[in-house]
Amino acid sequence: MTSFNFQLVIDYLPYFFKGIIYTIGFSIASIVLGTVLGLLIALGKMLPNKLLAAPFKGYVGLFRGTPLLVQILVINFGVVPLILGKSNSIVAGILALSLNSSAYIAEIFRSGIQAVSEGQGEAAATLGLTPNQTMLHIILPQAVKIILPPLGNEFISLIKDSSLASVISAPEVTYWAQAMNAQYYRVWEPYLTSGLIYLILTLSISSILHSVERRLSVND
Amino acid sequence: MIRIEHLQKKFGNSEVLKDINFKVEKNDVVVIIGPSGSGKSTLLRCVAKLENATSGDIFFNDTKMTEEDHKLCELKGKLGMVFQHFNLFPNLTVLQNVTLAPILVKKIDKKEAGKDAKYLLDLVGLKEKADAYPHSLSGGQKQRVAIARSLAMHPQLMLFDEPTSALDPEMVGEVLQVMKKLANEGMTMIIVTHEMGFARQVSDRVLFMDGGHIVEENTPDELFDHPVHQRTQDFLAKVLV
Ligand SMILES: Nc1ncnc2c1ncn2[C@@H]1O[C@H](COP(=O)(O)OP(=O)(O)O)[C@@H](O)[C@H]1O
Ligand SMILES: [Mg+2]
Repeated sequence: MTSFNFQLVIDYLPYFFKGIIYTIGFSIASIVLGTVLGLLIALGKMLPNKLLAAPFKGYVGLFRGTPLLVQILVINFGVVPLILGKSNSIVAGILALSLNSSAYIAEIFRSGIQAVSEGQGEAAATLGLTPNQTMLHIILPQAVKIILPPLGNEFISLIKDSSLASVISAPEVTYWAQAMNAQYYRVWEPYLTSGLIYLILTLSISSILHSVERRLSVND
Repeated sequence: MIRIEHLQKKFGNSEVLKDINFKVEKNDVVVIIGPSGSGKSTLLRCVAKLENATSGDIFFNDTKMTEEDHKLCELKGKLGMVFQHFNLFPNLTVLQNVTLAPILVKKIDKKEAGKDAKYLLDLVGLKEKADAYPHSLSGGQKQRVAIARSLAMHPQLMLFDEPTSALDPEMVGEVLQVMKKLANEGMTMIIVTHEMGFARQVSDRVLFMDGGHIVEENTPDELFDHPVHQRTQDFLAKVLV
């Protein structure tokens, strides 16, 4: 190892910044889409009719049982060209990360919803609330507090997992690290820098999440 | 008001309610007593439609209650239930707990519902707790809010499943007092309780249940002083030490 060349890193910093924007963009888009989708899948999985619930269970099984990298490849080279007529690494990256995280988030929702005591639903039922009103006004608001910490962890996982989108040339942090490696034939500068960027991102997110959780628990 | 005919409830293979028959007239206060596991809660839950009976019929104001949804909606709010563990909504304030169902189910305007809720909270002695969250209340206060919450739908029949069993002894009285007040105002009630003194004071009739049967049914004085069946005698001997 020759000495660590800070000047190279500084020269390349604009690309890393571009990468950071994409990494954060991928992660935020995927956590939002994944949460919406995850909630729907969780509700679907909990349908009393086993036949109707089966596809949702299958979905969760499929996305949790296969590697994210494989999902990214299939979606980029198969699914997205099928829909858009050509591949698009940004669409494919967001789609793959959203679909994948929605399967995990569905399980987070399901366990959060089931952690709200049965008595809550029964009280609501005897008052005449419909199942939908009960879910919206009683169960979900209580489930959110239970769900928030694991959802935060999922977001942190997403930030790290988004690095896999580099294999389809989505211009996020890891992609630029690889590009820098190819350009300068250097190993330590690009990869250590990208590692440090991920570390800073995940640490700052987790400290934000901690303070949100603390504020939410005031009412307990 | 409510008539139960040949009600049977099975959980899997175990028959928890066996050929239950009884009637509750308007303004009646009926108390159900019996050992734990005798099916008292299951009976109330069948009446409240939280459980579906395996067979038999429940008539509410001479209309047969079925499992169909529209009938259920018809029933909704006409029948209030108070649970052993209160089941207040912890994400809502006391006032919101009381106004939620009138606003969502009866589509009553928020202001109107708030006014009614304040009146009901006053009735249960908790007017000053309107803006508190359930976690800050004592058990007795929680149960009184739960009663107010049920009353907000102006039910024709109130079901109580051991409303004081989860309370510290010093809080039992305040809840029983509210229930007495309701009884005196003519509320029709079915109450499962282990408070025998209270049962004697408020009830028009007492049902003794054991093993999924109604073993004996009588006026409180007769049932407590001259129980006919051996099982009733044994049970009362145990609880009235
Ligand atoms: N959901 C259920 N599934 C299976 N068995 C049940 C269920 N609920 C109650 N039981 C059984 O039914 C019997 C009567 O219970 P319950 O009505 O709660 O009695 P009580 O309220 O008189 O104590 C008990 O043996 C109980 O174990
Ligand atoms: Mg019981």
